[in-house]
Amino acid sequence: YASLYFCCAIEDQDNELITLEIIHRYVELLDKYFGSVCELDIIFNFEKAYFILDEFLLGGEVQETSKKNVLKAIEQADLLQEDAKEAETPRSVLEEIGLT
Amino acid sequence: MPGQRVFLHSRTLPVRMVAPSLKLQDLIEEIRGAKTQAQEREVIQKECAHIRASFRDGDPVHRHRQLAKLLYVHMLGYPAHFGQMECLKLIASSRFTDKRVGYLGAMLLLDERHDAHLLITNSIKNDLSQGIQPVQGLALCTLSTMGSAEMCRDLAPEVEKLLLQPSPYVRKKAILTAVHMIRKVPELSSVFLPPCVHLLHERHHGILLGTITLITELCERSPAALKHFRKVVPQLVQILRTLVTTGYSTEHSISGVSDPFLQVQILRLLRILGRNHEESSETMNDLLAQVATNTDTSRNAGNAVLFETVLTIMDIHSAAGLRVLAVNILGRFLLNSDRNIRYVALTSLLRLVQSDHSAVQRHRPTVVDCLQETDASLSRRALELSLALVNSSNVRAMMQELQAFLESCPPDLRADCASGILLAAERFAPTKRWHIDTILHVLTTAGTHVRDDAVANLTQLIGGAQELHAYSVRRLYNALAEDISQQPLVQVAAWCIGEYGDLLLEGNCEEIEPLQVDEEEVLALLEKVLQSHMSLPATRGYALTALMKLSTRLQGDNNRIRQVVSIYRSCLDVELQQRAVEYDTLFRKYDHMRAAILEKMPLVERDGPQADEEAKQSKEAAQLSEAAPAPTESQASQLLDLLDLLDRASGDAQHPPPLDPSPGGALVYLLDLPCAPPPPAPIPDLKVFEREGVQLNLSFIRPPENPALLLITITATNSSEGDVTNFICQAAVPKSLQLQLQAPSGNTVPARGGLPITQLFRILNPNKVSFRSSPKARPRDSRSHGC
Repeated sequence: YASLYFCCAIEDQDNELITLEIIHRYVELLDKYFGSVCELDIIFNFEKAYFILDEFLLGGEVQETSKKNVLKAIEQADLLQEDAKEAETPRSVLEEIGLT
Repeated sequence: MPGQRVFLHSRTLPVRMVAPSLKLQDLIEEIRGAKTQAQEREVIQKECAHIRASFRDGDPVHRHRQLAKLLYVHMLGYPAHFGQMECLKLIASSRFTDKRVGYLGAMLLLDERHDAHLLITNSIKNDLSQGIQPVQGLALCTLSTMGSAEMCRDLAPEVEKLLLQPSPYVRKKAILTAVHMIRKVPELSSVFLPPCVHLLHERHHGILLGTITLITELCERSPAALKHFRKVVPQLVQILRTLVTTGYSTEHSISGVSDPFLQVQILRLLRILGRNHEESSETMNDLLAQVATNTDTSRNAGNAVLFETVLTIMDIHSAAGLRVLAVNILGRFLLNSDRNIRYVALTSLLRLVQSDHSAVQRHRPTVVDCLQETDASLSRRALELSLALVNSSNVRAMMQELQAFLESCPPDLRADCASGILLAAERFAPTKRWHIDTILHVLTTAGTHVRDDAVANLTQLIGGAQELHAYSVRRLYNALAEDISQQPLVQVAAWCIGEYGDLLLEGNCEEIEPLQVDEEEVLALLEKVLQSHMSLPATRGYALTALMKLSTRLQGDNNRIRQVVSIYRSCLDVELQQRAVEYDTLFRKYDHMRAAILEKMPLVERDGPQADEEAKQSKEAAQLSEAAPAPTESQASQLLDLLDLLDRASGDAQHPPPLDPSPGGALVYLLDLPCAPPPPAPIPDLKVFEREGVQLNLSFIRPPENPALLLITITATNSSEGDVTNFICQAAVPKSLQLQLQAPSGNTVPARGGLPITQLFRILNPNKVSFRSSPKARPRDSRSHGC
């Protein structure tokens, strides 16, 4: 994937070819989320990369085979985070400068 | 503004000197801006100090940002343990951002080995029961990533409840969390087994996939569960059939294949359910055939499904036609342009070659072509598979291919290829001559890579094929004349020329072009070997002895030979020196015995000394052996006069009695190698024989670099009044071992505790069988006193 290499550890009896598909699906998800993903995207947003992975795989197994569903879940979580941040911003500035 | 410090003074308000912390992205940029490792360390240490201070101060607002930075630093490999407690605080917070980062931190920083991990159990429990769906998702994800056995036991009821919740988002995660829990605490299977059958009726792909994974896990762990779930085979077949036949839904398909992940998982479960079960296998047969023929194989997704199908077909009781179809699919894979697909085909065929030999044979040409692969992992597997496919009908053709491969193959495969060819030749050689030719070819192309016993095997083979002596010696002579660098070849050639030199010089041999060789040339060649810096000491030993033997085989006078022998009397190599001295003595003082000593060797028996049954039974008087002084030549399989020093019976597993110095035949365990490679335990010295003042001691060394090798040094001492002359020590070993005797330090054990004779035995035990020694040495010769 251009300059991106992915490494996946599987068990003896696992199907190697489907693992290649799993890797490919993950790259597609990243691509859709970041818009043409590159190495820097993953470095500067590593926690997002984890969050996306956690919506695709769980406990080492595939949990959702629909790209749409995975991306939707991430979107919703991001929205939740944004809402929370917006509601709190004024307070945090005050705290930052040492006034209650 | 990040990086700037703000100073505040106030008498009434609490003073807090706060440096606004770096944003995560700014820190990352700063770290990446560092030009050296030291600079990076500095930046990180400074930032970690800030983070630690911030944690101490307990700043709740920025805690998530601090932890995120810490996680980045942790990914780079720096210590981050002081963030563990902060994860707990973040998880307990009500803000979603906090929880998200906190749970991520828990997954990265906490694990079973730290006691702290149990502290999040309560938070998880709360989040599972009261949280909104995204929060429940986070909790389940964390639990299934780092949940220890205790945590799983505590939280199993919560997860069980979530299995029944309406929301598919949470349910699919709960199911996979259950999979993890069962892996950690197998007893929980009873909790999670009942809902499975019901869950199979769901339409949501995520839930289905999770359920099938869960059932697979249950079945793999418990035969009872396996039996229980056999009844869902028809349902699984139906689900798969629907997937395969109905037009694809774009949401779940990859290049025209409907949800390959789900298909593969179903196939895997079917494999487990159908294994060793006739009825289930039959239910699946049609479907498997359908999948195998209808799946679109233009892209990897289809091939992945096909591959799983093949694995399933081969593992259950499928119809013969179906099995052939599966092997043919693998054969087609071998022709695929994608290297990965060729790889899985080769590995799968390797697994099948024993059970479905004839089906795999059909693809032999393709496999042989794969030998030319540039990729090392592919060519290695192709080699293994090719060797496995050799049988008596295709051996000539295969050997030709393999020998061609040997000439051009990469060095790390040489040894395997050479030994593979030799092994196959041994098993399937159509004629002796072909066998000799094959070994010869291997020795010339890859001589340095063959195993130690190749020399022995070849000499044994040639020795046994009397009609081919002339042929062998000529071919070997030619090969030697061209190249004296390949040591095994040189050794065999030297031995042959020594033994059959007369055949080399006389007339013609039909099987090979007539060759005119004169004596001087032969001698010159052997001398060249002796003098060459490429020859190993062992090789030179062979050459010297061969020269000596030629003294009786050749017609001309022996001056040249005598000269060479004489020169080596002062050779620095002790072994050669000793030989030269002895041979010289043979010329000078015992010339009348020379012909008898150097006559052609009898055929060596590689097997145990069957001829010596009566020797084992008769346990009377111990006498020194009378045999003529053993040729100082060492051959790995040479057993001359078959005197029992080592017992051949290795089947008896009784506890051995303590060593009894009388020659009544005490059995002693010399080697007892367990299955796992043992650390070489030192074996204590053994006294194996004592009578009338003559004592035989064995001492053992096992060289660490070669655990199959055992070196035994036999020391013979004499405390009696008279010398013991003509002392010979010989040994016999069972078939599974190889024995090599080296020359004794002398033939006479001087009296009254004089310098003892030592002799070295090398025993190679490649198959690691245990054997015992029976010190029933029976010296048969009478001693001469005072000689």
